[in-house]
Amino acid sequence: MSTTAGRAEPRVMRRQAVRQPLWKAVLTRPEVGALAGAILVFIFFTIVAPPFRQVSAFATVLYQSSTVGIPAVAVSLLMIGGEFDLSAGVAVTTSSLAASMFAIEVAGNVWVGVGFALLLSLGIGWLNGVLLIWTRLPSFLVTLATFLMLQGLNIAITKLVTGGVATADISGMPGFDSAQAVFASSVQFGRVTISIAVLYWIAFALLATWLLLRTKIGNWIFAVGGQGDSARAVGIPVRRVKIGLFMLVGFAVWFLGMHMLFAYNTVQSGAGVGNELLYIASAVVGGCLLTGGYGSAAGSALGAFIFGMTTEGVIYADWDPDWFMFFVGAMLLLATVVNTWFRGRASRGR
Amino acid sequence: MNNLNKKGVLAIAASVALGSAAFLSPASSSAADSPHYTFAMITHGQPGDAFWDIIRKGAAAAAAKDNVKLVYLANPTASGEAQLVTNAIQQHVDGIALTLAFPDAEASAVKQAQAAGIPMIGFNAGGNDWKRAGLLGYVGQDETIAGEAVGERLNSDGSKSAICVDQQQGAVQLEERCNGIKKTYHGNLFVLYVPGYDMASAQSRIVAKLQQDPSIDYIVTLGAPFVPTAVHAIQMAGSKAKVGTFDLTPSAVNLIQQGQLQWAVDQQPFVEGYEAIDMLWLYKTNGDTVGGGQAVLTGPTFVTKENIGEVAKYAKQGTR
Repeated sequence: MSTTAGRAEPRVMRRQAVRQPLWKAVLTRPEVGALAGAILVFIFFTIVAPPFRQVSAFATVLYQSSTVGIPAVAVSLLMIGGEFDLSAGVAVTTSSLAASMFAIEVAGNVWVGVGFALLLSLGIGWLNGVLLIWTRLPSFLVTLATFLMLQGLNIAITKLVTGGVATADISGMPGFDSAQAVFASSVQFGRVTISIAVLYWIAFALLATWLLLRTKIGNWIFAVGGQGDSARAVGIPVRRVKIGLFMLVGFAVWFLGMHMLFAYNTVQSGAGVGNELLYIASAVVGGCLLTGGYGSAAGSALGAFIFGMTTEGVIYADWDPDWFMFFVGAMLLLATVVNTWFRGRASRGR
Repeated sequence: MNNLNKKGVLAIAASVALGSAAFLSPASSSAADSPHYTFAMITHGQPGDAFWDIIRKGAAAAAAKDNVKLVYLANPTASGEAQLVTNAIQQHVDGIALTLAFPDAEASAVKQAQAAGIPMIGFNAGGNDWKRAGLLGYVGQDETIAGEAVGERLNSDGSKSAICVDQQQGAVQLEERCNGIKKTYHGNLFVLYVPGYDMASAQSRIVAKLQQDPSIDYIVTLGAPFVPTAVHAIQMAGSKAKVGTFDLTPSAVNLIQQGQLQWAVDQQPFVEGYEAIDMLWLYKTNGDTVGGGQAVLTGPTFVTKENIGEVAKYAKQGTR
């Protein structure tokens, strides 16, 4: 029952934030623990890994973070709304496969493929939401089922359409250059080249934060995840909010799928499996509760940033590669523990 | 570029036609004359890997020619692959072509199959273990020899410091490749693990390694799908490193033609799949064994700018 109290917390908190001094308001935000964790990991690798100090290394870290962070922003909203999406990892690959094959086999122009993939991804999100409501099963099970089905479909349909298990190179098709400029170009800041995915990631995180904290829909998301029955009783369209959140995840995986397609030109149909857990981990490190009703979109960006720093930092530090996954796991554990400890201190200090 | 693209589409159409022909023909011939035997092909291939698809096409071609029914099964985990052997025994197949990627985990399942009188041929993985396991023959590339050949090649290309990009940490045959390189290579070799086919992560990690150690002058990828990613990573890191790879894909073929990929070590997966099934057929119909007690080697052969022309047309079909 203690979770019930936890769920109601953010709404109370935001009302208090008006009267509190600024530093207190900042310290009680859900993402503050992730910020502390991120700073700690950053300082750690700055000390142990000299190449990590280069500005170009920072660009690489940001890029790795953005490929986890873009879906993680949408996943964090979904988790605040009280649901999981395990299909998000392979859905990225589904989207790039669909765009590539539709463009090559049917349309002859990549933009038509891009549009087709968007409809498909939103459709998968919609299906996840509708299945959840129809079956009344936990979203963990529903999306596990769609995850496994998509994994099979990715390979089976690719094989049917192309005869192989990877799509052909689309880099010569009409519309490729403009699509690449939109989804996968690079931006020059002084001497540093940053992938446009990083800019989209930051923009999405800011937009989602604004949506959560400053709009009616944001209030609905917190209410639906915190106390669904009460939310329904006060007239919030719970089903529509949940389906909408799944479709939002669909949009985010479509976006990342387009980036992957136009950055790497061909798609391996077996890719994407396992990434859904990274999105969920980023959201949780960023302050989302597994029970819903509490969390932060900006926090998910910090969570993805911690992950990006860790995976790249291990390489910059030149640690024994056999231990790679161990180091990644240990650093994530450390970041999460610091995060929880800090959050505990901060909310007690209130 | 447009012209290239049209060719690409044609190639796909051709490969679809070829692929479906290869898969349909056993069924269509069975209408006239039902298959004599059922052979199982059991691999540790990851689903959705282009390399394993070529092996399967080779096996399907042999099955069509020999008029046998082919059952293709794959599981990338040790216990999963061993379980598939047990499944095949229970289906009473007439022969099993098996990749010995996890020799110890598969040992008891292999014994069961032998007790059931099912002939077994090893292929692709397990070049050091197939005799001990009592298989009838083995067709594939000796990964250590292939690695050693790559080490020599790096020496002759004047490399002093190289990285070996490994996409499946813990897979024996990939480790044998890296270790083979270490044996003959005079420079410093680093192993870099990347997570499966997540290209964004693979690229970031290669860029990070190049930034961490600017003295690296060669990247060897253990899987050809990583070649375009490595080439891109080199551009991003502003490095001058060259790229070589194990295995082939159509895009690797293009990059060799453009001079961005120095060479590819081809183990001819189509031949591995084809020969494994054909050797089972020879044994069942005539009691023959091939190789004279030694492995039948399908590689290593180096595909370079000099000989790419002939290889390219088959790679476009998806059979090399």
